[in-house]
Amino acid sequence: MKKNQTIKKILIFILCVILAVLSIMPFVIMIVNSTRSTTEIQQHAVSLIPSGYFSSNLSILLGKSFNPAVGFVNSLLVSVGVTALATYFSTLTAYALVVYDWKLRNAFFSFIMAIMMIPAQITMIGFYQMVYKIHMTNHLSMLILPAIASPSMVFFMRQYMKPALSLEIVQSARIDGAREFFIFNRIALPIMKPAIATQAIFSFVSSWNNLFTPLILLTDQKKYTLPIMISLLRGDIYKTEYGAIYMGLTLTALPLIIVYLLLSKYIIAGVALGSVKG
Amino acid sequence: MKKKNNFSFAKYGYLFSLPFLIAFLIFSLYPTLYTALIGFTDLKGVGTVKWNFLSEDPFQNFKWVLTSPTFMTAFKNTTKLWICNFIPQLGLALLLAAWFTDRRFKIPGEGAFKVLFYMPNIITAATVAILFNALFNYPMGPVNDLLVRFGIMSEPYNFLVKKNIAQDIVIFIQTWMWYGYTMIILISGILGISPEIFEAAEVDGANGWQTFWLVTLPNIKTILLFTLVTSLIGGLNMFDIPKLFMLGGPDNATMTVSVFIYNLAFSGGYIYNRAAAASMIMFIIIVVLSSIMFYALRDRDEAKLRKIVKQQEKEQKKRLKEAGR
Repeated sequence: MKKNQTIKKILIFILCVILAVLSIMPFVIMIVNSTRSTTEIQQHAVSLIPSGYFSSNLSILLGKSFNPAVGFVNSLLVSVGVTALATYFSTLTAYALVVYDWKLRNAFFSFIMAIMMIPAQITMIGFYQMVYKIHMTNHLSMLILPAIASPSMVFFMRQYMKPALSLEIVQSARIDGAREFFIFNRIALPIMKPAIATQAIFSFVSSWNNLFTPLILLTDQKKYTLPIMISLLRGDIYKTEYGAIYMGLTLTALPLIIVYLLLSKYIIAGVALGSVKG
Repeated sequence: MKKKNNFSFAKYGYLFSLPFLIAFLIFSLYPTLYTALIGFTDLKGVGTVKWNFLSEDPFQNFKWVLTSPTFMTAFKNTTKLWICNFIPQLGLALLLAAWFTDRRFKIPGEGAFKVLFYMPNIITAATVAILFNALFNYPMGPVNDLLVRFGIMSEPYNFLVKKNIAQDIVIFIQTWMWYGYTMIILISGILGISPEIFEAAEVDGANGWQTFWLVTLPNIKTILLFTLVTSLIGGLNMFDIPKLFMLGGPDNATMTVSVFIYNLAFSGGYIYNRAAAASMIMFIIIVVLSSIMFYALRDRDEAKLRKIVKQQEKEQKKRLKEAGR
């Protein structure tokens, strides 16, 4: 019996190692190949030894209208904006649902549950036409402002706030003469910090990785976000420049990988938390 | 006195949910209705904003979409890609979650494995799609290089021109990106089950397999439903990977409905009305499917319990009323 258990354990461990290698391998090949010349890659596409063509790959890449710095800044603007608006207003809406007793409260909550599942892509034609009509297609604000209404985040925040925020604290603050908006900003927001941190990470990542909406709204190269920049690597201009393609991919993936590994503990805990509450 | 107090605060409930409501009306509800409307018009062409209703046959666009062979291919592909990635993804995630939460043995390096399994999910899908395209390059891509070097194949093979293989790779990428996420969610679900239930099962002499089927699975039903619905909606809207991996090809083999809609409306065609009709068809399919899932997997015991509680409340009220008289 004991021996069986050990064999099982070893087999599971081996399977886990294989899966882990599968997770890392594509990125290792990508990073190593970003330092190798196209000729080297064409001779042997897999190598674990970095070569010395990092800067030449970089200059080929940047020489062809690929400007990761612009994409980086735009993506950062959009993602920070989206994260700030989504977390703040979702917490505010959740506060309205938890603290105040108003007539339409339950109806509003059911409504939020119902619209949670509407995918943005389905409504894209109407969204594009609306934005086009008011001449806002190349404005990053059109990617940021919709985040004020994030139904699934409101749902999460409400579930978290219900046990975390006691109404007595709110009451006593009122007795001390604090205004409602002040109570929300100074008392409720700090209490919600752990939930906000979790949701902020996911809001940031999904906004950072979003391709569909920016691809439709942004036509001006100076406004491109990083995923659109990445999609340019698929174009004909890089067809045979393998080193440069790997370079471009590495430039966009490596910062994410590093940040992920640094924050992995919180991110994994956040995924788990999101599922239980949501 | 107390009632008056509540009244004066109720307005803040409305006030604080107002920003959400306004943003929803402008950026979500209006575009949805507008998309539905465009489906019944003649709106097409770059830069066009004026439109007329189709007076002859209002459902012309919908009919065109439903009889379009490309749409049908895209729909079949989307369904196939989702089902074929969801089943192994859920299977693998369940298996790993059961092992990682097993109280009888602990796998060394569990934490590190979780971090690595989840990693592909956090990387931009656009990057992943183009990376896999590069990995399967012909004649000298990393995959071909490895297969030839280890003697599995005698010469490089052009994987990406074969329809089935291109689909299989997309399925692999989706599974590879999502099983870690599903696993973590299932683990947290299993950890949420009261340990006493497992102890009781152990006392009753249940083996690992029995415990899994009879204790673990029924207790994470809600989370399974959550996973199923979110994955279904995400899967039916699959865009980044198929769009950038093979641009929907070869021969429309990786064309999904989202890619179809995008190509119709934004890449060259500008046929907004038909794209809008296709969007609405997908919208209806998603609503119907997720309602069916919620209904099929709803907690029957809980629904019964709620009914009983309601009835008891009613009786209590009745009794109070009678006592009041």
